[in-house]
Amino acid sequence: MLMIRRDLVDAMVGHARRDHPDEACGVVAGPVGSDRPERLIEMANAERSPTFYRFDATEQLRVWRAMDAADEEPAVIYHSHTATEAYPSRTDISYASQPDAHYVLVSTRDPDSHELRSYRIIDGEVTEEPVEVVESYMFSHNGADDVPDAP
Amino acid sequence: MAVTVSVPTILRTHTGGEKSVDASGSTVAEVIEDLDTRHSGIKGRLVKDGSLHRFINVYVNDEDVRFAGGLEAAVHDGDNVTILPAVAGGCAPAREWETVL
Ligand SMILES: [Zn+2]
Repeated sequence: MLMIRRDLVDAMVGHARRDHPDEACGVVAGPVGSDRPERLIEMANAERSPTFYRFDATEQLRVWRAMDAADEEPAVIYHSHTATEAYPSRTDISYASQPDAHYVLVSTRDPDSHELRSYRIIDGEVTEEPVEVVESYMFSHNGADDVPDAP
Repeated sequence: MAVTVSVPTILRTHTGGEKSVDASGSTVAEVIEDLDTRHSGIKGRLVKDGSLHRFINVYVNDEDVRFAGGLEAAVHDGDNVTILPAVAGGCAPAREWETVL
């Protein structure tokens, strides 16, 4: 399951709407091992295309180094589909290389309502997972947390 | 030329979990050959048909080697070689995608 704050969902959808009809892409970093997306980074789509996306390689190095320095990892890797449903394409699957990341897809094909879905992609196998949108992680229990779960 | 290679999570099965390993060579290709002698199989994850695999980004210090000669890009003593998986995808059929890259 992906548990994610509402402001982060709003930011991903906003980014996807803004870049429509091109695909938008980005990452939400979280503390290593926490499975808690916290810091959203909009990435440039080096392809600037309605059907392809690719993180700009130089920007990716900078962002990945900053995550490393802050003991973060990519908790969510997101991109948009602007004319099709929010389901990973064959190419999306072949590139998916982060077994610990949630792959989030946002479809903006409908101008009035978006579709946001999340997947694990491991060794070419796609598993959809439920998305729970929360106002804050404070009272949710999802891996490492400051507040222990009640027994 | 002795260099340090930063290894991404997906390739650490080849390095016994190490995120940074030492290697030597005067080009990226030589560094990869050298890595493969101690971390068997890693070359196959990085190189395909004599060039860098399109799923992989390689940097010498801060420079993407795709713009610096690819596998023939020069490395110098003390350089850092960073390997990152490319993050990409696309909706069009795979064949069309190939021509875009
Ligand atoms: Zn896609």
